[in-house]
Amino acid sequence: MSAVEAPTIRKTALNAVHRQMGAKMVEFNGWDMPVEYPASLGGGIINEHMAVRTGVGIFDVSHMGDIRLAGRQALAAVQHISMNDASRLAIGQAQYSALLYPQGTFVDDVIVHRLGQDEYLLVINAGTREKDFNWVRDNTRQFDCAVENLSDDFTQIAIQGPKAVNLLQKLTDADLSAVKFYWVTRGTVCGLKDTLMGRTGYTAEDGFEIYVPSDEGTSAFVWNEILIAGKEFGVVPCGLGARNTLRLEGKLPLYGHEISDTINVWEAGLDRFCKMEKPEFIGRDALQKAKAAGVKRTLVGLEMTQRGIARDGYKVLDTAGREIGYITSGSPAPYLKKNIALAYVPREFEGLGTPLQVEIRGQAVGAVVVPTPFYKRPKK
Amino acid sequence: MPYPSDRKYTREHEWIQVNGNSAAVGITDYAQQSLGDIVFVETPKVGAELTAGKTFGTVESVKAVSDLFSPASGTVTEVNSELATAPEKVNSDAHGSWMVRITLKNPSELDALLSAADYEKYVAEEAGH
Repeated sequence: MSAVEAPTIRKTALNAVHRQMGAKMVEFNGWDMPVEYPASLGGGIINEHMAVRTGVGIFDVSHMGDIRLAGRQALAAVQHISMNDASRLAIGQAQYSALLYPQGTFVDDVIVHRLGQDEYLLVINAGTREKDFNWVRDNTRQFDCAVENLSDDFTQIAIQGPKAVNLLQKLTDADLSAVKFYWVTRGTVCGLKDTLMGRTGYTAEDGFEIYVPSDEGTSAFVWNEILIAGKEFGVVPCGLGARNTLRLEGKLPLYGHEISDTINVWEAGLDRFCKMEKPEFIGRDALQKAKAAGVKRTLVGLEMTQRGIARDGYKVLDTAGREIGYITSGSPAPYLKKNIALAYVPREFEGLGTPLQVEIRGQAVGAVVVPTPFYKRPKK
Repeated sequence: MPYPSDRKYTREHEWIQVNGNSAAVGITDYAQQSLGDIVFVETPKVGAELTAGKTFGTVESVKAVSDLFSPASGTVTEVNSELATAPEKVNSDAHGSWMVRITLKNPSELDALLSAADYEKYVAEEAGH
């Protein structure tokens, strides 16, 4: 017998619900996930995307992982393994951060939630669950702090869009108007006591992510209650297709695309989440050296100026046709109604308005460097 | 969705409708459904030579890029320019949205293609997997 298990496709507790709803399913990072729902339910990537920009959409994001760190030295442990400054977090507050390798590249990006005095919850990506947990556990052994993998304990549902707060408020006794962006609260949701709700998401829109017990019955019950309560707001179930186009419009990085174990923090442009004033964290020394040596390539936003759609992995060319970089994510942007992309290019090409080209099926197609994020939600 | 019996189908999900020596080519309803929201149709120019079984263009949805395979050999005589500005018409009416018209080089090539009934059976099996 081998100790290594054969790769099996994993399913969230809502898998049967998605299939029953007629969702188109795809494999994503080892998970069987809905990519879009049928048009009869208001679905289709464009409709789902627009629902989140203008109303409300819900996503099953249970494939995301959760790591809890608790104990006397939990803060010191979190500070050691993450690049943002967790000492600034009040209880109930969350921050975007990343776990780095000693060379300053990414293990993963994470949301760090401070749930209690000495209790933190890291929400991590699906494709890097095991890698992240092992890495966190192995790099926090010197601290008086318990590390638990809670990834299978929760069904995580994201309720996203300008109407998300109105929808969720119908189902909970917690006062959501008092919960600011990137803060969490607890309350009864659909009768489930002490449910964690974070005002977070991956859509560049207002919204919440809720964490409910991962048994199939409870998960399906909550999912359906949300759809019923959301009817008056035109709620639409959304799949990974819309999740990707929404995050791309907001320039939110995706592991394996904008960030990876070969891309460092400066290249990815995530400087403001990396607190070099912290005396120590894994990756800090390498980042200091990298900054002193000069950052050679950078992530830019592109908009196609000629007919064509840039896709992940396509080559980026200068106007002379010389290969200078590559597309990390590219797609039609349903809300902006443009073809947009993110790309790594040498810094001499980072200036706004710089004309570039993308090689699409052997043809050089015009593009231009534009400001990012491509989409910013209107301030209330 | 019933597949019209006035045309033939490929296993790559194109249809071809013959009218005398000319034929219209498009993609099937099953294809548009699998692709999702179609945002881009790229077809060859008038005069281009197509070869049966070879790619002759591209159709893109928000999520995916897919090649178009020619059901038969021939010369492009007309391109449906409406699809350049309204590619979503392929979603709403796949069997009415022809992409190119060609003059057939060898009409007997069509004998190897699927009838509507056979295609329907074929996609039912494919969807079942």
